[in-house]
Amino acid sequence: MLEKPSKETLITLSGAGVRSGGRTLVEGVDLTIGRGEIVTLIGPNGSGKSTTAKMVTGVLKPSMGTVWRKAGLTIGYVPQKLSIDWTLPLTVERLMTLTGRHEDREIGMALEAVGATRLRRAAVQELSGGEFQRVLFARAMIRKPDLLVLDEPVQGVDFSGEEALYALIRQIRDTTQAGILMISHDLHVVMAETDTVLCLNGHVCCRGTPGMVKQSPEYLRLFGARNGLAIYEHHHDHEHHADGCVVGDEHEHAGHTHAH
Amino acid sequence: MFGDFFSRALIAGVGLAGVTGPLGCFVVWRRMAYFGDTMAHSALLGVALSILLSVNMTLGVFAVAALVAGALLLLQRQNTLSTDALLGILSHSSLAVGLVIVGFLTQARIDLMGFLFGDILAVSAEDIFVIYGGGIAILLILFLNWRPLLAATVSPELAEAEGLKPEVSRIILMLLMASVIAIAMKLVGVLLITSLLIIPAATARRLSATPEMMAAVAAVLGAVAVIGGLFGSRTWDTASGPSIVVMALAVFLVSLAVPTERLFGRREINGA
Repeated sequence: MLEKPSKETLITLSGAGVRSGGRTLVEGVDLTIGRGEIVTLIGPNGSGKSTTAKMVTGVLKPSMGTVWRKAGLTIGYVPQKLSIDWTLPLTVERLMTLTGRHEDREIGMALEAVGATRLRRAAVQELSGGEFQRVLFARAMIRKPDLLVLDEPVQGVDFSGEEALYALIRQIRDTTQAGILMISHDLHVVMAETDTVLCLNGHVCCRGTPGMVKQSPEYLRLFGARNGLAIYEHHHDHEHHADGCVVGDEHEHAGHTHAH
Repeated sequence: MFGDFFSRALIAGVGLAGVTGPLGCFVVWRRMAYFGDTMAHSALLGVALSILLSVNMTLGVFAVAALVAGALLLLQRQNTLSTDALLGILSHSSLAVGLVIVGFLTQARIDLMGFLFGDILAVSAEDIFVIYGGGIAILLILFLNWRPLLAATVSPELAEAEGLKPEVSRIILMLLMASVIAIAMKLVGVLLITSLLIIPAATARRLSATPEMMAAVAAVLGAVAVIGGLFGSRTWDTASGPSIVVMALAVFLVSLAVPTERLFGRREINGA
C-alpha cells in the first residue's frame, strides 16, 4: 500500500526475525526503506525495536526471513545514549573522524549543517544534551550515508531542543535524500513527515502512515485510545511538494494546511 | 653490548615505557585496570609452567595471560558472577597456583622476588632485543588498528553499526596486553606491571586534548618515570622496580597541580 516505485530501495526486510536463547525477540518484520523515506518504529520496551534496527544495520543476522541491502550501502548511526568517559580526551573535531577519515573541510561543513561550528574545538564532555545530539548527527552525516539510523534521537532533549532536532532530521532528509530509520522513544509521538510507522510488539502489529496507524484498531488496543498517537508537527511551513502525492493522505489527518 | 648494566636498564625501561604508555591509555579508557592486574598476576603461573615444561618463558607467560583473558571472556558470557568477582578469582588463584608450582620446582633455582617485583638491573642485551622487537610489533599493531580500537572504546554499538568489528578490537587489545606483560615481567615484575600501564596514562589525561596526544604523552611520562626511578634507585640504593613506580606516582601527583584550563582553550570552565 505504500509502494513508491520512483524511490531507490535501500534495504528490504522480508519476514525477518531474530531468535536468541530459545526466545523469539521479534519475528515477521516486513520493512522497506527507500531513498528520502522516513520510517519510524514504535512499540513498548522489549517489543523488538532495537532488534529490528540491528537487523537493518547488520549488527544482528536474522534467524528467520531475509534482509536485502543495496550493494555498498553506507549507514550512519546516531546512538541512543553515548557517555564518553572523562578519561578519554575527545574534541568534537576528533569525534567526527571516529569511524572513518574525513578532511578538515568536510568536518567544517558537517558541523555547520547542524549549527555546531563554534563547538568544533570543544571537549565532548562539556556539551549539553542538545549540543551533543547535534554533533552526533553531524558525525553520522559526514559519512554521507545512504541510510541514517536514529535510535531515540530526541530522548533527553528538552522541548525546544526536540523541535530543533525534528527540524534537523527534516533538513537532512530534504538535502541528502538519505533514507531514515527512526526508533521513537515515545509510543504516542511520531514525526509528521514519517512515511511509514511500524508498530511493533514482538511482531508488526500495525503499519502505515501516521494517520492510518493513529486510527488502526490494533494500535488503539495496544496503547489505548485515551492517549492515542500524536503526530508531531512543526510550526513553520516547509517545502517538499515533490513528495506531495505521497504524503497527502496522512497530512490530512495530521491537520496539516496543505490544500487538497 | 649496550654498555654497563645501568645503561641496559635505562634502554630497556625506556623502550618498555614507550609501549605501556599508549596501551595503558586503552586500559584506562576501557576501565580494564583490574583486568590488567589479573593478566599480570597470571604471568607468575606462566613462569612456573614454562620452567615445568621447559619452554621459552616469554612465550609461556604470553600464552597463560592470553588464556586467562580468554577464560574471563567465556565466564562473562555465563552471566552468573559479576566481572569483578570473576577477576578476583582468576587474579589471585592464578598467582597462588603459580606460587605453589614454583614451590615444587626444587630442581631449578628461582628468584621469586625477581619475578614478583622485577629485576631491571639484570637485563641482558638479548632481553633488550626482545623488548624492542616485541615493543615495535605491539606499537605497529596498535597504530594500524588505532581507529577501530578507539571507535570500539567510545561505543561498540556505534562502531558495529557503521561496519567495524568491536569484538575483534577487544581481542586485539587483550593479546597486546598479554604481550606487554610477557616482555615487561622481567623488568618490573608481575605485581608492578599494571602501574606502568595505568599511572603514565592517567597522568597524561590532564595534559592532553586528543586520544593520540594522550598516548604520546603517556609514553614520554613513562620514560621519565623509568629514568627518574633508575637514577633514584642508584642514588639511594633502593629497589629499582618500586623506585620506577614511585617516580611515576610523583609525576602523577605533580600533574594534579597543573591547571588544565590554561593548557587548552576550553570553551567554558565547568561549574563556573
